[in-house]
Amino acid sequence: MNAKVLAFLLLFPVAALAQGFAGLGTSAGDFAQPVPGKALRFPADHGPHPDFRIEWWYLTANMTGPDGTPYGLQWTLFRSALAPRDGAGWDTPQLWMGHAAVTTPDAHHVAERLARGGIGQAGVRADPFLAWIDDWAMEGPDLDSLRLTASGTDFAYDVRLRASGPLVLHGQGGYSVKSAAGQASHYYSQPFFRLSGTLTLPGGAVPVTGTAWLDREWSSQPLAGDQRGWDWFSLSFDDGNKLMGFVLRGATDYTAATWIAADGQATPLADGAFAATPLVRHGVAGRQVPTTWQVSLPARGVDVTVTAMNPDAWMQTSVPYWEGPVTITGSHGGTGYLEMTGYD
Amino acid sequence: MTGAILSALASHWRRNPLQLLTLLVGLALATALWSGVQAINAEARASYGAAAATLGEGRFAQITAKGGGAIPQHIYVALRRAGWMVSPVVEGRLGPVRIIGLEPLTAPGDLVPVSPASGADLGAFLSAPGQVFARKETLARLHDTGAQRIVAPNVAPGTAVTDIGLAQRLLDRPGQIDRLIVLAGQPLSRRPLAEVSPGLTLVSPRGDSDLSRLTDSFHLNLTAFGLLSFAVGLFIVHGAIGLAFEQRRPMVRTLRALGAPLRRLVALMAVELAVLALVAGMIGVALGYVVAAALLPDVAATLRGLYGAEVSGQMTFRPVWWLSGLAIALAGTAVAASGALWSLARMPLLGGAHARALGMSRRQGRQSAAAGLLLAVAAVLAIRGQGLLAGFAMLAALLIGGALALPPVLALLLAGAERRARAPVAQWFWADTRQQVPGLSLALMALMLAMAANVGVSTMVSSFRLTFVGFLDQRLAAELYVRVEDPAQADAIAAVAARHADAILPRPSVDRPVAGMPAQIMGLRDHATYRDNWRLLRAVPDVWDRLARGEGALINEQMYRRAGLDLGAGIPLGQASGRPDATLPVLGIYGDYGNPVGQVVLAEGLFRDLFPDAAVQQFGLRVDPGRVQALRDRLRTEAGVAEGAMIDQAAVKAASLAIFERTFTVTAALNVLTLAVAGFAILMSLLTLAAMRLPQLAPVWALGLTRRRLAALDLLRALVLAALTGALALPLGLALAWALLAIVNVEAFGWRLPMYLFPLDYLRLGMLTLLAAAIAALWPAWRLSRTPPAQLLGVFRHER
Repeated sequence: MNAKVLAFLLLFPVAALAQGFAGLGTSAGDFAQPVPGKALRFPADHGPHPDFRIEWWYLTANMTGPDGTPYGLQWTLFRSALAPRDGAGWDTPQLWMGHAAVTTPDAHHVAERLARGGIGQAGVRADPFLAWIDDWAMEGPDLDSLRLTASGTDFAYDVRLRASGPLVLHGQGGYSVKSAAGQASHYYSQPFFRLSGTLTLPGGAVPVTGTAWLDREWSSQPLAGDQRGWDWFSLSFDDGNKLMGFVLRGATDYTAATWIAADGQATPLADGAFAATPLVRHGVAGRQVPTTWQVSLPARGVDVTVTAMNPDAWMQTSVPYWEGPVTITGSHGGTGYLEMTGYD
Repeated sequence: MTGAILSALASHWRRNPLQLLTLLVGLALATALWSGVQAINAEARASYGAAAATLGEGRFAQITAKGGGAIPQHIYVALRRAGWMVSPVVEGRLGPVRIIGLEPLTAPGDLVPVSPASGADLGAFLSAPGQVFARKETLARLHDTGAQRIVAPNVAPGTAVTDIGLAQRLLDRPGQIDRLIVLAGQPLSRRPLAEVSPGLTLVSPRGDSDLSRLTDSFHLNLTAFGLLSFAVGLFIVHGAIGLAFEQRRPMVRTLRALGAPLRRLVALMAVELAVLALVAGMIGVALGYVVAAALLPDVAATLRGLYGAEVSGQMTFRPVWWLSGLAIALAGTAVAASGALWSLARMPLLGGAHARALGMSRRQGRQSAAAGLLLAVAAVLAIRGQGLLAGFAMLAALLIGGALALPPVLALLLAGAERRARAPVAQWFWADTRQQVPGLSLALMALMLAMAANVGVSTMVSSFRLTFVGFLDQRLAAELYVRVEDPAQADAIAAVAARHADAILPRPSVDRPVAGMPAQIMGLRDHATYRDNWRLLRAVPDVWDRLARGEGALINEQMYRRAGLDLGAGIPLGQASGRPDATLPVLGIYGDYGNPVGQVVLAEGLFRDLFPDAAVQQFGLRVDPGRVQALRDRLRTEAGVAEGAMIDQAAVKAASLAIFERTFTVTAALNVLTLAVAGFAILMSLLTLAAMRLPQLAPVWALGLTRRRLAALDLLRALVLAALTGALALPLGLALAWALLAIVNVEAFGWRLPMYLFPLDYLRLGMLTLLAAAIAALWPAWRLSRTPPAQLLGVFRHER
């Protein structure tokens, strides 16, 4: 899972906003519900699911420049529906939001875009694939070969992505449970992108290469009422294995993870198998956020320290959160991305 | 002890209810006029602010279609996808209400009533049936749209804000956008505007101070009026308090003899006055609200017509008025009472009540000296003073000095008349009139100030009208003016005009700072239109020939005053034109009323040499007035000129004149109100004097003058005094007008209004003054005519 839902609260009526993260635990009403056992179909499921309340196309990348400097990149398109239907023109209840960021060891550039659906300003088409908002786009003949662009007032990027492995379904065939009470979402990833392209930063253009991870998720009521925030990890180890894991912080914490072998073989891991403990907290934007973690998955012999590359990777967007690249040391080495929400 | 003092103090008002009434009504009227004018000003300013905030015109650049007209919605999407951070706006009228459709997700946060950050219900705004935000009075006029109505006092008057989707449906303009707001933060790179859509043009932010600068002049005039009205009211209050304290001197002496401490006595009297001031202040603010509500529609119409400023015709009650109204009432009372309290505090315990006659004459002497001093200060300030503050100080010195000088001058005039009178009744009449001047002096001063204020303000408003209309005649000498969007359109306009107009006067211009101030530099074609119509304030000989030969330039009055460039001085155009040696002498200076920036006018050829890249921004077209409409139609159809880009001289003039009629309505209403206040002061003074005068009238009655005759003489006396006061007020009023036009206006706005005289207006004002005095004197005279003879006889029975 990734718990990037929070930014979506912004687009919900104020009642949800006032409830904070618990807003995502409110009843789904007339919206469609994720169903276990429902087979995902591609490329159709790369496109939007307007009957569900929320959905996202979420890409993060770890990259290096010619001098070995590490960089992180984020490109996200959120869809939020005021009502479970589609429509053309201003009347559509479908709203869109984009977040883009580039993280360097000493800087974090952020941009945000908002748009109404129905008029062509933002949207997603499954085949040939195109996800866009304003001048930002993720586009290609299919999901295996993409061009990714975004720009803000002080940065821009234009990179190409090529998949070197299969899609990965989380949970049971893409049905990912989020709480003991059974809240769930449809969730799959493409964690095997190779990336090359150019970042435009205040100091000039920087050619970069690296890896990227795309998350696709949609739901209508993804959280339980008591869940207040989450810590989400996507880790790529040097040996080619990958780990997605999250902790949903509630009355009792709920964890879930997926072990992804180098060949794409995915193994879902139940509540409690994955553990993440904060080691160091860092003051950013007036809050204390854990930016160094001890992450363990005893079943696979993983016991690593996950450290933020830039602890100030704060997303100062309509609803703020922390999102940035991390480095991995300990039983395994590697890089990855960390997202933390609900640190008010 | 305190209770005893209070009850003694209160007993005075119980025995003199009329005095209490005078005090309260005088103060209430003064506060009413002051707070009414302030309310009008505040309401107008709030409206400008709301308009700027609703439209975002002041702060944001905009993209519009060249030649006006709608922008298709897909162009908006194309711009967004090309990296332009723009937000669409659609506008139109739905019956009496202007509808503005905004897109809340892309609009600048504070422009939309339900911006994502504001915590409002975005879902309800976007989803059917939608929401409409407007002021309460606007919502009342809005047709039923099916949408939820939400009261929003911050939205501009007469305007309703809603989602763009709903607005397009209500206005029946699906897929159409009128303009795009360009947001402050734009991404690193975006495709050029012309590449995305060639039919668009980027307009720089207008700067929200323009409108308020233009309207400042109008508001300054109103403020001056309000201040003068308040001064008139203060004279009444001063009179009433002075009289009350005078009559309470024996009581104060008795109280002190009985052991009341002086401090507590003075403190209690101050508290008493403060309570009265608060009561009167509250009545005054409420009355001011009525005055403002009555006048605001006219003021709103004036501002709308004159400057295009949309002002709500409805009053909203703001708490700050209550506070400022009460504060000014308290301050006014404090000023009016300080002298009386001071003299009470210094009153010798055993001295008592009778040393006042002597004091009176001594006070007269002091008053004359003060008047002379103040008038001298005013004269010095008028000649030497600099700055707005000095201007206002000069006004204050002039008015107070003039008012203080009134009683001595009146006494002098009446003494002269008395010497010339031969018949005994006439001699008695003049002597008795002179004897009454001290008692009436405060009321007469109030009348004089009212009359002077009216003369001053009428002169200013009328001068403004004459100047402005004359200015329009000069500056809009051509029958039709056309604003040009781009060079291609300029060619098209020239082609149409060549066939259908008698003369074409192109106006190329650039906006560049000159001599450190923002300015517009224009090229002018040598044509009889300018030679015949432009009147220059100052000029060298053969100015037009020399201008045509490129030997120099004309500048507007603002540049002459602010940059200090007199005839013959060099205008540094080097920086503006990119040619370092370009300096041109000033050949002439012209009036340019209401324009906030400087202007430099060059011959067309010289302008093109200095600014080869400048485009023609405007054409003046000469054509027979009867064919203006036909030419407009051709320009619209053949050259694609938007209707709003053409200014028709006749239409502008008609509109301006209509506006001035509105201004006069407001001025006339304020005239009548101030004179009514002064009339009230006279009435109160006469009523107070009536009782005291009986001992003086009784002997004359006993000598054979009937009560009717006496009453008629009293009425005549009031008229004579009013006429003399009015005659003396005229020069004071003209001095006031001169100060407003030649000092305050220049200091505040950089241009001087020429002063014109309007004898008929003054005559009318004089008649109004006499009327006010006559009405005020009528009742006391009638009461005198009905005085029972027994009462008159009683005078002889009592021992004095």
